[in-house]
Order: sequence, then structure tokens, then C-alpha cells
Amino acid sequence: MSTDLFRFTKSSKTLNAVLIIIPMVLLFIGVYGGLMQTLFRAGIIQSDPFVGGDYYKGLTFHGVLNAIVFTTFFAVAFGNALVPFALKKNLNSKIAWASGILMLVGSVLAAITILMGEATVLYTFYPPLKAHPLFYIGLTLLVIGSWVAFYNWIPMYLEWRKENKGKKTPLSVVGIFATFIIWFIATLAVAVEILFMLLPWSLGLVDEINVMLARTLFWFFGHPLVYFWLLPAYVMYYVFMPKMVGGKLYSDMAGRLVFMMFILFSIPVGTHHQYMDPAIGAQWKLLHGIFTFAVALPSLITAFTLAASLEYAGKKNGGKGLFGWMAKLPYFNKENWFFPYLILGLFIFIFGGIGGIINASYQMNTVVHNTAWVPGHFHLTVAGPVMLAFLGGSLYLVGQFMNKEIRLKAWAMISPYVYTIGLLIMSYGLKIGGLMGMPRRTNTGASYANPDSVLYQADWIPYIDLTVIGGVLMFIGIVIYIVSFFTTVFSKSRSDDEDAMVTFPISEPLHDEPATWLRNFKPYIIIAIILIVLSYTPVIYDVIQATYGGSLPYHPDSPVPLR
Amino acid sequence: MDKSEKIAFTLSGLLLVVFFGAIMYAAVAKDIDVPTCITDMDPFERDTLFQTGPDTYELQMVARMWAFQPSTVRLPVGSKVDLYLTSQDIIHGFKIEEHNVNLMAIPGAINYLRVNFNKPGEFLFACHEFCGAAHHTMAGRFIIEEGLDEPETEEDI
Repeated sequence: MSTDLFRFTKSSKTLNAVLIIIPMVLLFIGVYGGLMQTLFRAGIIQSDPFVGGDYYKGLTFHGVLNAIVFTTFFAVAFGNALVPFALKKNLNSKIAWASGILMLVGSVLAAITILMGEATVLYTFYPPLKAHPLFYIGLTLLVIGSWVAFYNWIPMYLEWRKENKGKKTPLSVVGIFATFIIWFIATLAVAVEILFMLLPWSLGLVDEINVMLARTLFWFFGHPLVYFWLLPAYVMYYVFMPKMVGGKLYSDMAGRLVFMMFILFSIPVGTHHQYMDPAIGAQWKLLHGIFTFAVALPSLITAFTLAASLEYAGKKNGGKGLFGWMAKLPYFNKENWFFPYLILGLFIFIFGGIGGIINASYQMNTVVHNTAWVPGHFHLTVAGPVMLAFLGGSLYLVGQFMNKEIRLKAWAMISPYVYTIGLLIMSYGLKIGGLMGMPRRTNTGASYANPDSVLYQADWIPYIDLTVIGGVLMFIGIVIYIVSFFTTVFSKSRSDDEDAMVTFPISEPLHDEPATWLRNFKPYIIIAIILIVLSYTPVIYDVIQATYGGSLPYHPDSPVPLR
Repeated sequence: MDKSEKIAFTLSGLLLVVFFGAIMYAAVAKDIDVPTCITDMDPFERDTLFQTGPDTYELQMVARMWAFQPSTVRLPVGSKVDLYLTSQDIIHGFKIEEHNVNLMAIPGAINYLRVNFNKPGEFLFACHEFCGAAHHTMAGRFIIEEGLDEPETEEDI
């Protein structure tokens, strides 16, 4: 079929390859940091043997590089690939390069300040811990770069709409636009936090900062960030996966509804990260909790639609009975190496989703808030389905844009299995430890897990040990992947034919309804803004009127303020 | 819309309604709630513990880099404590083992929760928000004893 191929310009192909390869190097530094974390926590190491510094510096670059840098680059590269492919229009490659360069410069600045030990503030960078100003500037450039990439796609989409009146926007484009609409609205709050609060305060232009207000603006951004990570994975699940297994997407309308629901409910939910905070009325916390339940609905719909799509494919492949279709999917076919990245992610997301509902459940959050349960939970989401889909997607994209045959396909196919086993073990250790009271973001190896300390907690030790075993397995899984990835990158290109076309597996719908009410983003954006105003006005009001005094900046090494 | 799809959507919605009902039940019938916004408390910089009734106490606690003040609190079994928590420098976290208490200590704001200590024992509270180089050493204990006459506080563990 001719529509399954598209000719990208050479310049945009090079850009997309760069946007995948450089973050992959940064990701690997972050993954190394993750391995070190588990060793620190068990008391096996006391300082980082290669990078130097303590647990908290490692934790900062692990979080920033993996959860913010790698994910943002992938989302942009993915959009740069799928929007032109689906709309059959080429990117403005000058704007695309400008966006890529902004992101690269920003990420490198942030990474350098962290590795120099000038920004040990973790990836939430809560004041009044102060980082080097270049850390905040770096993050700002990364975000602005991602905005520029999005602006680049908007005229392409509007032009396509004009030329294709009455046609449905391709589902992949709906998914990517939903991702970036959420991202744009959410990052406005963190831009205000950084540009008007953190940066002038870090530069010494103002002395004091309102900590609760900064924290509340951070979480305005911090929870929708989760959906910015998740939605590109959803695009792969809905658009790629059914085709990969020889089936069809069960319902096209469900996919569109899901993406629109994320636009509606992704943002007015941030205060569920602040259930245990002062200065916010409990009734407003409950309101954010209700909206969080609303945003669980599209994920439950997704669970049904994707399972139904896989069932259809499994039955077509000869699966019989209620569960027979499950055995008819290509779990261990190295020619279909991409599928394990998606199906394992979906399996992990069963636990990630349940954990998320538990966290969001208002007073039940008391039991888990800021305990090791929380990293146990979000490794089952962002380091589970998101990470696996992005790794699979990165390898696929790099093959397409560099015109390479994927090398070591068996390695690529087995990597997510090793990683998933490790992840389940590690997260189990963290979650049970958390329920016993083990705090998150804490170098347990130097106190709670040290038999010589007065704080020693003997009953936590088995669960800390499980995180080491899981962490090592996850690291091995990633090493296997990286070998396959870079062997592919450095292999000979498929041919000298510069006209090589790019393709993606695009699924046909099984049930296709006109769904005219899901054709336009505008009403959903407007309702989203109304919900944001309704849910955040009272929260910001409470914070401003119930807080007193401002905070001077602090360095993590000293209890004396810096000014 | 397909019939099985309709059923799935309806069940998903109902599931969430049931979960929400459970939350409301716990809040209304069991009186388990999250901290709210309080404005009737003056800012404090030093910790204090005093008795306000036969079994009731008020404890004002200060978190700082890298200790809770007080770090050890001895109370009789059956104590009901109005706990006020603030930070005098950066953000800290506070959670009492085996009790439904979990609070953020934030500079420029006062957090509050009522705590009931109904069983004897030692209950750890560990700082659970990253607060700098010695964060992992910031902890304290509630020691709940039978027949204790004078409640007391200490600065060291």
C-alpha cells in the first residue's frame, strides 16, 4: 500500500536520529545511577565509584536524565516522526533543528551542573534547596525546545485539515497532539515557577521564596507530566500494536475518546501529590482526588480496548476458547522484537495502574505518601510501560531514520523480559518496604540498613536486598538493549539509496464509527481550562493566605542559609 | 458502540464510583481525613508539649536540618495529641510508624493532625523528604508507656 511509506527530508532524518541517539547516552548514565542507588541503599557502597559524590547526587541525575530528559526527547522525536508520516507533509526542518538544539543545550547544561554537584536538589527541585542557576536555565531551554517542536506541527495539522475536510484526523496525530496540548498547559506553571520564582532567587535578585506556592506550581506540572510520559506509549499501543500482531484496533472511537479524556482530566489533579501538605483545604484536595479518579477512566477503557484488540488477533491466529488467544501472540519471535516491549509494558501497567489508584485515594495516601512505596509505584509506570515502549520505539525509529536493519534482534527481543523480571522484583521490595514505613529518597545504607546505627531497622533488610537483586537484573536488561541499539547504529546502512522511505505499522480499526463529537480539540481544551481554573483557584488562594514569611536559599550540605 | 464495549465502559465507571464511596465512608463514618488548611495557629519557632485535658496534649514540633525537635516523646497509653508541625529551614517529611499520620513540614506553613496513641510501644518517625546531606539520619520516636505520670520530651534519640 502506497500510504504506508513516506519520504522524509534528509535533514529531518538526521535530526530525528540525533534526537534518539544523544538522549540514549544520557539515559545510560541515568540507568547507571539507578544501579548505584540500589547499592547505596543496601550499604554496599558509600560513594559513587565512577562519578563520585553521594547517594543524593546520583539520585538527582537518575531522576532528571531518565524521567525528564530521555522522555522529553523521545516524545519530540516520536512526534517529528509520526506527524509528518501520518499527514504526509514534511517538517519545516529549520524550526525542527532549532527545537532540537535548544533541547540539547538545555539538557547538557542541566546534566553538567548536576554531575559537578551544583544541583543536588532531585528532579522535583523543591525550594528552598537551591541549585546553580544554570540548572534552572537548562531545564527551561529543554522545555522551550519541546514547545518549538510542537508549534512546528500545528500549521501542518491545520493545512491537512483544510485539504481533508470531513476526514478523521489520523489517530496517531490525535494522540501526539493530546500529549503536547497537556504538556504545553502543564509546563506553563513550571515556567512561572522557574522564571518568576526560582531563577531570580537563585541568581540573588530576590532574597526569599514562598515554598508552598513554588511546590504547588510544581505539582500543577508534576502530575500531567505523568501523562506526557504515558501518552506516546498509548499511541504505540493503539496504533502500532494491533497491526504488529496481525489484528485490528478493536474500536477507533475508544482511542479518540481516551485521548480527549486525558486532555480534560490530566491537569486539575496535581494536589493529590499534596494530600499531606499544610495550607491547602482538605475539600480541595478531595476535589483533585475526584478528578484523579476521572483520569483513571481512560486507562480502564484502554485496558478493555487493547485486550479486545489482542483477543481479535489471537483468535485470527487460531486461538480457541476464552483464553486460548493469549497463547497465539508472538511473544518470542525475534523478527517481531518490538512486540515484547509493548505487551510487557501493558502487563506491568496492571500493577502500576492499581498502585496509582491507591495513591490517589485521598486518606489512603497517608499510608504510602513519601514512603518507598512511591518509587515502587512509579517504576511500574514511567520505568515500566513508558520506558519499555520508548526503548522499543527508539530502536525502531533509529532503524527507520538511519536506514538500518536492526542488529542482534534476539538481544533486542529478550532485553524487555530480563528488565521486566528485575523491575517486578525491585518494585515489590520497594512497595513492601514502604508499607513498613521505609522512607523514599533516603540513603538507607548509611542509617536504617546499617547494623551499627541506632536507627537500624532489621525488618526492612530483606526488602532492601530485593531491590538490589531487581536493580541488577534491570541494569543487565538495559545493557543487553544498549548493545543491540549501538550495534544497529554503527552497522552498515541498508543500501546507498538516499531515497529510503520510512514506514510505521498503522492498525486498521475493527469498529469504526464516525464519532463527529471527537473530531475537534477545541471544546476539550476549553473545558480543560475551565476545570483547571475551578480546581486550582481555591488551592492557590489557600496557599497564599495561609503561608507566612519567605525562605532564604539553602545548600544541601549546610543547615545555615546561603544569605 | 459495540455491546461488550458498552459493558466494559459501564463497569469501569461503576468501579470508580465504588472506590470513591469507600473514601467517603472512611472520611465521614470513620473520621479518617487528610490535613487541611489551618489559619488559627500563630507561627512558632520552639517546640513545646503541654497537657490540655485528662488524656489530651498539644505538641508543637519543629523540623530542621537534620533533627526533629523534640526527637523523643514519652506519653501514656491512650493519649490524644494535637500535633502541630512546621519547619524552620527547608522541606521535611514526617510519618509515625503504625499510625495514620503523615505530614509534610514546610517552612512558612503549619501542618496539623490529631493523633491517638492507643497501644504501648516505640514508634519511629523518619524524615521522608530529601533535606540534604544527612537526611537519612533525621528521625525520632514516640515512646508510649502504661502508667506514665509525666509526659516528657528529649532532643536526642
